Amino acid sequence: MPDTLAGLLQVGALIAALALCWRPLGDYIARSLTTDKDLKVERGIYRLVGVDARSEQRWTIYAASVLAFSAVGVVLLFVLQRVQEHLPLSLGFPGVEPGLAFNTAVSFVTNTNWQAYSGEATMGHLVQMGGLAVQNFVSAAVGLCVAVALIRGFVRSRTDVLGNFWVDLVRVVVRILLPLAAVGAVVLILTGVVQNFSGGVDASTLAGQHQTITGGPVASQEVIKELGTNGGGFYNANSAHPFENPNPFSNVFEIFLLMLIPVALTRTFGTLVGDRRQGLAVLGVMATLWGTLVLAVTALEVNHHGTALQAAGAAMEGKETRFGEWASALFAVSTTGTSTGAVNSFHSSYTGVGGGALIFNMGLGEVAPGGVGSGLYGMLVLAIMAVFIAGLMVGRTPEYLRKKITGREIKLVSLYILTMPLIVLIGTGIAMSFSSTRASMLSSGPHGLSEVLYGFMSAANNNGSAFGGLSANTNFYNTALAIAMLLGRFIPIVLVLALAGSFGRQQKVPETPGTLPTHGPLFVVMLTGVTVIVAGLTFFPVLALGPLAEGL
Amino acid sequence: MFTSVLRQLTPALRAMVVLTVLLGLAYPLALTGFAQVVVPGRADGSLVKRDGVVVGSSLIGQSFADQPQYFQSRPSAAGDGYDPLASSASNLGPESPDLLAAINERRTAAAALDGTPPADVAPDALEASGSGLDPHISPRYAGQQVDRVARERGLSESAVRRLVEKYTSGRTIGFLGEPRVNVLLLNLALDRASGTAD
Repeated sequence: MPDTLAGLLQVGALIAALALCWRPLGDYIARSLTTDKDLKVERGIYRLVGVDARSEQRWTIYAASVLAFSAVGVVLLFVLQRVQEHLPLSLGFPGVEPGLAFNTAVSFVTNTNWQAYSGEATMGHLVQMGGLAVQNFVSAAVGLCVAVALIRGFVRSRTDVLGNFWVDLVRVVVRILLPLAAVGAVVLILTGVVQNFSGGVDASTLAGQHQTITGGPVASQEVIKELGTNGGGFYNANSAHPFENPNPFSNVFEIFLLMLIPVALTRTFGTLVGDRRQGLAVLGVMATLWGTLVLAVTALEVNHHGTALQAAGAAMEGKETRFGEWASALFAVSTTGTSTGAVNSFHSSYTGVGGGALIFNMGLGEVAPGGVGSGLYGMLVLAIMAVFIAGLMVGRTPEYLRKKITGREIKLVSLYILTMPLIVLIGTGIAMSFSSTRASMLSSGPHGLSEVLYGFMSAANNNGSAFGGLSANTNFYNTALAIAMLLGRFIPIVLVLALAGSFGRQQKVPETPGTLPTHGPLFVVMLTGVTVIVAGLTFFPVLALGPLAEGL
Repeated sequence: MFTSVLRQLTPALRAMVVLTVLLGLAYPLALTGFAQVVVPGRADGSLVKRDGVVVGSSLIGQSFADQPQYFQSRPSAAGDGYDPLASSASNLGPESPDLLAAINERRTAAAALDGTPPADVAPDALEASGSGLDPHISPRYAGQQVDRVARERGLSESAVRRLVEKYTSGRTIGFLGEPRVNVLLLNLALDRASGTAD
């Protein structure tokens, strides 16, 4: 079979699998978050947590609950890493250094999973499964809760309350993430992903050397790493490591997992707002952006532009033989478009423009299709902006989903859209200003700037992948990127919840012939345009200095 | 807002403890139990034994540098090469002078070893993998090594070629991933064919 046909069929198979799950999973998520019935296990958990499952929260209390839960998560994960030498299954590793432990705790709680450490050389099995993997679940759940709260803001009218965070959290974990993860982990185990508590097996290699075959509860963590759009690898090589991703099937299955919930949430959205075409429109924008980038990055990698790559005859540096260029590019675009940040190939060695396209994909604000929950609320914020701009053009009061977009809402939306670029550009600017922080760059010239830009883009968007040449385990980068991750996660969350509160208080306005329809192809084109133009105008100058200067 | 956060700290702490027990202990332990009962070989890392001794994993590549009787693996950036305690890519950029120099050096070495015209050396012989532990090489690179391995071992070229074919996997179900040759399994089979103990 010709390479191109095989590659296209691979992309097509992924799309088909996602399309099959879109409706049942999307509707299941909608039911899980709106039902009046509690499962027995949920009632038990509510008792242990001490919450009244029938009480609801205003947006401020909902936000306070998110922040309190995340703060506790950071503290516990920090402590767990610091004391790991005294815990079982530590594999003899010492406690993690404070700066690195703080960075890692923030990284996993914010759903970023930026890793300034090497898993197999830093973390024991207990910290991995009892700390890092737990945050893989709950940080994703937090994102989904916030998205659902925003949807409730659209659906409800004249109310102050948006649901109960603790109930949403428990339901997302118990009904959605845990069952999907268990099934996915079984599939991964069958494909050869390891799942044990071995401290390492000594192998005598054919060449007469010794090799330590590492172990660990990898499959149970790998599955939620993808499903929760987290991305923190058990091992340093992440999903390029054969124990995390052993073959072409496990590879496409992992891409499927990381796209699954963000894609299905568009159906959940349409179902909950009572107009499924609204969900399809949002999905259409996400699919357009993702599909365009998949084709572009694949073409760039197959053509392997760049001095070193042309000398070698292919862009296989940092790529695995079993995946090749097609399956690597497909993973790369999906992981940067979903805020996952897992990698099956190393983006720093991509062609200049190919690597730049991955940075730009994050710069869109992680909406193609974005992280669990965060992708949907990010796209809805952009949709409000698109409606607002359209309203300005025709001179009508803008409405979205029968809610008026007034000054208050557009201020919140503007702040949301400005937050991430400010963090990225200021952070990159500071890092480029000092010779001591520039020393962390592996490369000089445009590629060095790309390394730093990628780092801040990844942190502020809670992605977690890297141009790995950057030596990020320094006090400056551990602290600066932790701040970028915290601000990039929680400022938007608070703004979205404020927006939800604001919409929830409004009364619904009737649709008139003057209302801009937000479900047709015209709106899909407009929203795609707004998304690309906002990111393009913001990041074009710095992209021109980095990846474009390198690649053109 | 700050006092509201403080008021939520108690349920936050309780929820985190409960969820840690469920997701951080019960869930991975149950899956480990399942894996160890149903597919213990895979769950333990697809270990490969010879005469009862573990010689590696079929999923993890090994270095065969300076061993011309073996098929050579790809260049590796994992520690000193194929060190699973330090899985890593080079992370060198497409215009990196270091990467260009390494590629030229590897091309010269591979051409000298296998007698391949320098311009024809397969890219995967010149570029390091993502994990540094890639267990595979391309069928093209394997093909370039057949003559040399056959000569070193005193085996017929066709016998070696048959073994290469045996350890070549096509794309999964015809279109997933890329065709590849498992280097460790191939080299083990070569040792069996040559009747050498080590």
